[in-house]
Amino acid sequence: MVKPPNFIAAMTGTLDEEAARHMVTRTPQTEALGFQFVSISDARGTIQVPWRADLVGDPETGVIASGVVTTLLDHVCGLSIRAAAAVPQGTLDLRIDYMRPARPQADLVADGHCYKLTRTIAFVRALAHDGDPDDPVATAQAAFALVGGLS
Amino acid sequence: MSLESTPAERLAAFLARTPYIAFLGMRAELAGDEMTAILPFAPHLIGNTLLPALHGGVLGAFMEMTALAQLAVITGGPRPAKTIDVTIDYLRPGRAMDTYARAQIKKAGRRISSVHVEAWQEARAKPVAAIRGHFQMPAEG
Repeated sequence: MVKPPNFIAAMTGTLDEEAARHMVTRTPQTEALGFQFVSISDARGTIQVPWRADLVGDPETGVIASGVVTTLLDHVCGLSIRAAAAVPQGTLDLRIDYMRPARPQADLVADGHCYKLTRTIAFVRALAHDGDPDDPVATAQAAFALVGGLS
Repeated sequence: MSLESTPAERLAAFLARTPYIAFLGMRAELAGDEMTAILPFAPHLIGNTLLPALHGGVLGAFMEMTALAQLAVITGGPRPAKTIDVTIDYLRPGRAMDTYARAQIKKAGRRISSVHVEAWQEARAKPVAAIRGHFQMPAEG
């Protein structure tokens, strides 16, 4: 597989919108889940995942599986760290609270905010909602190790 | 599905009714009352193509589904438990290979259960990730 130039940019500290879009839509798992890039701004990122029948957790309710929310929140945390100009090496821990089921057949949106960087660690908060960020489906708190610390 | 059904039947019913489990490609086996969940490697589970490594969210989701499957084995109702919260610890990179997980029900409550899960690849003693979670039990009947 040939790596496009924006993939290099995605690993070197600057994150333009094209590199962010690549990070959200072009890994095998996020592609399989149908993640869509929404936006990045300073230390923040937003991703959307459209509802799909094969991503449902409980066929009686048609609600998207909590496992999809887990991957969505993990990924938006990584995106917001990249938007804060750091490179996440990997997730150390990720705590997710499921506040309520998503609405049946609802698309989900996740917002992440990297609110603190140290030389070696990024601290991130994120939430997932189905239309109203003030009424989240799930909230997350995570710590990520950084590649080589901050330059 | 009632408590008159066997644990194997309850496990099979849970796995078959959940579309997202088919998306992951997850399976599970029972040996007596001990369940082992299996996530066969598949290219679509990759989150980092450079390493390559499984997506961290996939590992978390796999362990959460393992907890729900283990709870389905001990409950008789048709509905699955619901996740209240999970804390995922990432211990080692999840490599591009098969992953296994086992759940321990720390407390089986009537309303809320507490479950720990560990996932491993090459060696059971070297887990790649672990979760602790609380789950809302389905109403009886």
